[in-house]
Amino acid sequence: MTSNATPIIEFKGVNKWYASNGYHVLRDVNLQFAKGEKVVICGPSGSGKSTLIRCINALEEYQEGTLTVDGTVLGDDLKGIDQVRREVGMVFQQFNLFPHLTVMENLILSPTWVAKMPRKEAIDKAMVQLERVQIAEHANKYPLQLSGGQQQRVAIARALCLTPKIMLFDEPTSALDPEMIKEVLDVMVELTSQGMTMLCVTHEMGFAKAVADRVIFMDQGQVVEQAPPQQFFDSPQTDRAQDFLSKILGH
Amino acid sequence: MHVFKSIEARPMPGQSASPLAWLRVNLFSSTSNSVMTLLLLALGIWTLVSSMDWALVHAVFGANLQACNEARGVGACWGVITEKGRLIVMGRYPEAEHWRPIIATAIMLGVVVISCMPRFWNKALPLVWALMLVVYFILMKGGWMGLTAVDTDQWGGFPLTVMLTVISMTLAFPLAIFVALGRRSNMPAIKALCTLYVELIRGVPLITVLFMASFMLPLFMPEGVKIDVLVRVVVGITLFSAAYMAEVIRGGLQALPKGQTEAAATLGLTYWQTQRMIVLPQALATVVPSIMNTFIGLFKDTSLVTIVSLYELTGALGLALNSDADWRPFKIEAYLFITFIYFAFCFAMSRYSLWIEERTAVSKVR
Repeated sequence: MTSNATPIIEFKGVNKWYASNGYHVLRDVNLQFAKGEKVVICGPSGSGKSTLIRCINALEEYQEGTLTVDGTVLGDDLKGIDQVRREVGMVFQQFNLFPHLTVMENLILSPTWVAKMPRKEAIDKAMVQLERVQIAEHANKYPLQLSGGQQQRVAIARALCLTPKIMLFDEPTSALDPEMIKEVLDVMVELTSQGMTMLCVTHEMGFAKAVADRVIFMDQGQVVEQAPPQQFFDSPQTDRAQDFLSKILGH
Repeated sequence: MHVFKSIEARPMPGQSASPLAWLRVNLFSSTSNSVMTLLLLALGIWTLVSSMDWALVHAVFGANLQACNEARGVGACWGVITEKGRLIVMGRYPEAEHWRPIIATAIMLGVVVISCMPRFWNKALPLVWALMLVVYFILMKGGWMGLTAVDTDQWGGFPLTVMLTVISMTLAFPLAIFVALGRRSNMPAIKALCTLYVELIRGVPLITVLFMASFMLPLFMPEGVKIDVLVRVVVGITLFSAAYMAEVIRGGLQALPKGQTEAAATLGLTYWQTQRMIVLPQALATVVPSIMNTFIGLFKDTSLVTIVSLYELTGALGLALNSDADWRPFKIEAYLFITFIYFAFCFAMSRYSLWIEERTAVSKVR
């Protein structure tokens, strides 16, 4: 949480409203993330946690404040967005694999078209990532032929093919059957040893306790509290966090 | 601890019945059902026999006007096709040069058939098309390499139907894609322009568009500038079908989950890369049946160009019979003849649509 080096991601007084209905979804967000830090973001639904991480690769724009990602200020400048997206990988709740392309084609799409890597090299590198998420034998299948857990691991491999500095996970296990959650979490735990900065919106508190350096709790568009997992789970500082934890850990 | 043992799967009961059993269950399950089945069977046989009677048994096949007149009412006069078939199929194209539209149309249809096969979808295909069009127009128009010149207003019959359909389709499809994308664009000017175009075209009948293209457009042209009637008609049909197709394609775009473009964005793909590789392949696959609907409609709508004095298949039929009092009574046989031609092509298009639909679906799931 505390780092004297320049943060890799910095939110300074960020405010965001949804253009469609004027809802104030992020309110005065000030956050810093150090290079290599693993952070879990939790909070009730509608608290703005997904929107927060979606701002980091410019899937959402914000109206006030500054958001700096690896030295690039995200704003209206499209060039900055391209630069940032090359360095940020993202994994979605609904996987968002391309169903008309095979697993391998999904993986090499960005390396060949964006990074202009030769196809052969892209395939070799993709294979390494597929082995890492233990799905190499399905390289030539289509996504919908795989189970949810396998699809999510493919999605992780696809994001890793960009060799990102930052990985964003937006509720990666929320759409999975209970039996498949573990295989995805195992892959994510393995990734934490790679030195990448990882931001993960999740309610998997076991995962948070095991690997997170810090837990951020959000409600109503605000960062309510942030602390190392042990401290957050054992002695939450606010009544809102206490209430939230009692609900999700109650059973 | 008990060990879990799974129960062997077995086939659903009652699925392997004999044809006789199938008949009993589906057609003769009750008295009223049996009566209905027999009645419909009788009606079917009666219709078949009497139409065969008319179409074959009492029919006249030679171009014999007297025999035809005698058979009127009881038998078909296919002689009208022997007599007028050539004029119906070829329209006003000079008779001595009929070999030219035949070859040109065969080449055009050949290239279309090739283009329908996904294995030929490569970079050479546009080149093949360009070459085909050059050969086609040299053959049809002539006035070069010793070929007699034939003015475009002389073109007619089935070759004209094919040419109008093929060229309009080829132009309308990409135009429709751009208009559909434009209507979903973030840029207000482009969005407004595309919406205006679609609404404007959908607000008028094709016959009006053709009429305007043919008679009004030249009035707005500067002195001395003359656009060929065929070009004007092709532009009219293209603009018309593209508006409808654009809405169909927009439906397909709308159906695609937002996550697909978001994933493409996070991978760093540009707008056009995303559309070409992620959005369109999926969106178009979902609207194949409706696109084919528009294509089939376009094929049949070409018959409206008669309004501007171009005699394609249907127009040529009128041309062949309206001025000939002797053969005019046998119009119905002639219409059956072109019905068969239209049906053959429309049926082929709809079978192709089913096939390509299945093929794109397979790549998603299996």
